[in-house]
Amino acid sequence: MIEARGLTKRYGGTLAVDDLSFTLERGKITGFLGPNGAGKTSTMRLILGLDRPTAGTVTVNGKPFGQLAGPMGQVGALLDARAMNGGRSAYDHLLCLAQTNNLPRRRVNEVLALVGLSEVARKRTKGFSLGMGQRLGIAAALLGNPQILLFDEPANGLDPEGILWIRNLMKGLAGEGRTVIVSSHLMSEMENTADHVLVLGRGKLIADCTVEEFIAVDSMRSVRVRTPQPEELTRLVAAAGGTVKDGGDGAVVVSGLETGRIWDLAFENAVRLQEIAPVRASLEQAFMELTATAAEFRADAPGSAPTDGRVS
Amino acid sequence: MTATPTAAPNMNSLPSPAPKVTFGGALRSELTKIRSVRSTRWTLLAVIVLTVVLGVIATYGQNNAHRAPYFDPTAWSLGGVWLTELLIGVVGTLVITSEYATGMIRTSLIALPQRGLFLFAKITVLAAVVFVTGLVASLAAFLAGQAIMSSHHISTTIGHLGVVRAIIGGALYLTVGALLALGIGLLIRYTAAALATAVAVLFLLPIAANLLPHGLQDQVDKWLPTAAGAQIWTVNHAPHLNSASPIGASGPMLAPWTGLAVFCGYAAIVLAAGLLMFRKRDA
Repeated sequence: MIEARGLTKRYGGTLAVDDLSFTLERGKITGFLGPNGAGKTSTMRLILGLDRPTAGTVTVNGKPFGQLAGPMGQVGALLDARAMNGGRSAYDHLLCLAQTNNLPRRRVNEVLALVGLSEVARKRTKGFSLGMGQRLGIAAALLGNPQILLFDEPANGLDPEGILWIRNLMKGLAGEGRTVIVSSHLMSEMENTADHVLVLGRGKLIADCTVEEFIAVDSMRSVRVRTPQPEELTRLVAAAGGTVKDGGDGAVVVSGLETGRIWDLAFENAVRLQEIAPVRASLEQAFMELTATAAEFRADAPGSAPTDGRVS
Repeated sequence: MTATPTAAPNMNSLPSPAPKVTFGGALRSELTKIRSVRSTRWTLLAVIVLTVVLGVIATYGQNNAHRAPYFDPTAWSLGGVWLTELLIGVVGTLVITSEYATGMIRTSLIALPQRGLFLFAKITVLAAVVFVTGLVASLAAFLAGQAIMSSHHISTTIGHLGVVRAIIGGALYLTVGALLALGIGLLIRYTAAALATAVAVLFLLPIAANLLPHGLQDQVDKWLPTAAGAQIWTVNHAPHLNSASPIGASGPMLAPWTGLAVFCGYAAIVLAAGLLMFRKRDA
């Protein structure tokens, strides 16, 4: 279990993590969501003891990470697929990590087979593709057979086949009862894999809920309606306390009214309906709405033109 | 290039012993790191070869007619370490800065977050590897140099007073140099800047001291890290006649063990500062 209380990190003048408190439970895939610069990586670095918090605490199974007697048996992490010496072979890279925790050599061969790198085990990693580096990083994370896994943007830069592999791997690991924490800005990816989401924006926790709750926040009451009498419907909905937006494609989107109430209104006032369906916003849409104000640099913000002459 | 496993992995094979961080494990890990990178192996081999070759070149030109009073045949045969100290400095610096340059430091510290333990293992393994390499280099250079000089009857033997100390001293000189460089790398973290600093400290300081007025230079020279440390591989300690040895310092030098202690002192200060910063800083 990972527990953060008032976790805060300041790098120079930048507040990267701002008073975060959360508890990550066992046996779930938790997604860390947020735009670039939201503090996802910083939070992971704090959990892993790479950085010291400016204020607050974060513990793994009740202890600061740096005090775990056998860290590899409790937490495995992939922060950066390139965080290895390219002059070392894949086997030696894993061996030197395994030795720190007194893991047997046999484990190195096992995890190499697990990620499909057995054939290139003796090759130096500088010749590896990004996908192979990613697999080797995951192999390193799995060495100690840990209960908790942290993956920072694991799908970044991977081809569709690689992304599918990562997704299946995470599901498989969670299926075995492991806790998987994965950061991403690929909302569609989270929708398919995560059970729970922590949404960060400007270092602050914006949401801590299940994926369903997260999507439901704003969109449950939106219904897409197609009618040949949109003006009539708009008037009726407004009178009943709802709002209507143009849904494009000849349809309107009604918010603030239950689906049944819309049917009744249309029936009682003889408005012909051709289609009526609840709008289930994607995770991406919900995310965009939640973090719109939290993005560190918004390209569309007036007066926020870059001062250093770069065109963003 | 490789088969893609698409099925969910089976992770049921638990490692038999529970994972546990120990100093012995940290030592094995650092030994794996140092031996598994090609550049380290080649550099250490180059240290041995160059120490011998430089010793051969330095002793080849010596003969009975030109030798100075207090001529030190041991120091002349071991003089190559004066230059190979630079290569060892590179090894010592890279042991830590390469971890920062590649990002390996983060992977290392996630596996072994106890930073003091991590660093002590690194120091121990570097010292052991460099000492063994240095001992081979030093002994081979001594034997080769004496064989050459024996034709001019100016050689010495391993049985003479202070010779064994000087041969071991050559290895110690390289070892302390490597540790000083590791400390510099730990403080600076960036390879290029750390290497430049290590070269300056190990090699350029004595040259820079040459620019000082003579009286002042005599006072400063003996306290410079490598000039002090180099006394451990000299035998005929002639306080006022250092042209007898290949070091080329001008004034009176410290005694062998005193000199080494001063050199160790510098290394200890830099390493202690490095350890302090390493524990404090974000990785």
